[in-house]
Amino acid sequence: MAIKENQDTQNNNEFSEEQIDKKLLSEISDYDGIRNGAYNIRKNGQGVERKITENINIVTKEDKPGIDIYVKENTKFEFVHIPVIITESGLNDVVYNDFHIGKNANVIIVAGCGIHNDHHADSQHDGIHRFFLEEGAKVKYIEKHYGEGNGDGKRILNPVTEVYLKSGSTLEMESSQIKGVDSTIRETKGVLEDNTNFIVTEKIMTHGVQKAETIFDVQLNGENASTHVTSRSVATDESYQHFKSKIYGNTKCFAHSECDAIIKDNAKVKATPEITANNVEANLIHEAAIGKIAGEQLVKLMTLGLSEKEAEEQIINGFLR
Amino acid sequence: MLLELNDICFTRDNKKILDHINLNIDIEKFVAITGPNGSGKSTLVKIIMGIEKPDSGKIVFDGKDITNMSINERAKLGMSFAFQQPVKFKGITVFDLLKISAQKDINKAEACEVLSKVGLCAKEYVDREVNDSLSGGELKRIEIATVVLRGAKLTIFDEPEAGIDLWSFNNLIDIFEKLSQEIKGSTIIISHQERILKIADEIVLMRAGKIEKVGNSTEILEKEILNKECCKLNINCK
Repeated sequence: MAIKENQDTQNNNEFSEEQIDKKLLSEISDYDGIRNGAYNIRKNGQGVERKITENINIVTKEDKPGIDIYVKENTKFEFVHIPVIITESGLNDVVYNDFHIGKNANVIIVAGCGIHNDHHADSQHDGIHRFFLEEGAKVKYIEKHYGEGNGDGKRILNPVTEVYLKSGSTLEMESSQIKGVDSTIRETKGVLEDNTNFIVTEKIMTHGVQKAETIFDVQLNGENASTHVTSRSVATDESYQHFKSKIYGNTKCFAHSECDAIIKDNAKVKATPEITANNVEANLIHEAAIGKIAGEQLVKLMTLGLSEKEAEEQIINGFLR
Repeated sequence: MLLELNDICFTRDNKKILDHINLNIDIEKFVAITGPNGSGKSTLVKIIMGIEKPDSGKIVFDGKDITNMSINERAKLGMSFAFQQPVKFKGITVFDLLKISAQKDINKAEACEVLSKVGLCAKEYVDREVNDSLSGGELKRIEIATVVLRGAKLTIFDEPEAGIDLWSFNNLIDIFEKLSQEIKGSTIIISHQERILKIADEIVLMRAGKIEKVGNSTEILEKEILNKECCKLNINCK
């Protein structure tokens, strides 16, 4: 399908497919039919719609699938949406997206992948996103992953995020995978220069026999670099989660990582934090807590009139908010 | 009669925590339960709310036998319970908790109104998470706000003064004095504080799992507590 530029969505597909697309888009990018800023929609391995702005350019890569997103320096408060949807069963889509953020720019980037698989073959999307922030740039990066469909074909997502922060820049990343993804390995890597800040908040919920593995690797190379990595997860049924975090303090720096998991049924959760101080001025903290929902929390909400099931839902929804 | 406790017994680890308790609470009454530590006060109110199950005995609330009812069924019938140690949550905000308590969609202005009643600057608290970042006194006030908002037929406070600093404590008593006028329905409050006992319509004195005496403020506070307990400690008393 050819890329349409600066046009509204016009879809010749059947109504039901259009509905599926809209549902997937709304789950991963707060789609409301109107988009401000720049965007690029990828469906079943191909770009289907794109809009650029005066300050944000999107260019298709020539050597491999994917795009380069260029944000001009001093761009303020613009949005970049790059959703990916997969509705074809059996598709294995790999995409390389590079974000080049100019000096002192301040933008919000919303990415995500929604898979609808009603068939038997596995559908997979591996998004490799690299962020290159110039001096003083600020990015809020929101990434959502969602799977649906009644087929027994697996919905697999393996996102890789690499973040390179130059002096004085900040990247705040929020990632969530709340429903329907059978298998995921999420890798996040950060390389930080001086006076930079990398904040990651990850939310994962697994059910059935799903597997989720998250791997963080952060190198604090510049003075006063700091990172906060927070993972909140809920594992239910027979699902399995593994949280791995490696943080290296190579100079005067600060790091705080926190893994907090609620476990239910026969689920298993493993946390293997690793913090390495290679400098006497490095200040690194890790906290990990795994456990079932506290009985007293259920009792409190039940005294307010909720049934045990409703109380549990409230606690989990709050925890993953 | 709003609440009738008939012959309630509760034993744990071969210790009789509650030993044949019989107690009636009338409508629109402010009842204080007091007595030494370990006398069974907290267990008694937990049994009323359904948090603990009695080994034997019967509980009737508003004409219904609730002995085997769950906590939330009792809540729906019109009971409300403030914990001695308020429960903390991750991700649930004060506003969320107040909305659940109110059992209807309330707006922030209504939430703020109830927070102001318990002495909190509403704007600062309404969107905060009910977690470790709040002090003991703040959590206590939020806990009280959640039960006040329910407008229950019976509101139970399990030793609200426990675990807070003196400054917060004095403020809290002021709040209780005001709330005792405002709370509709009946109130049961476990307390050792003279100012609370003074405003009670009825005081229940417990000792070693039994109700020793029930009476008004003069009968219990002055004759039983201030005179007797004080004299036990003061060798100058004759």
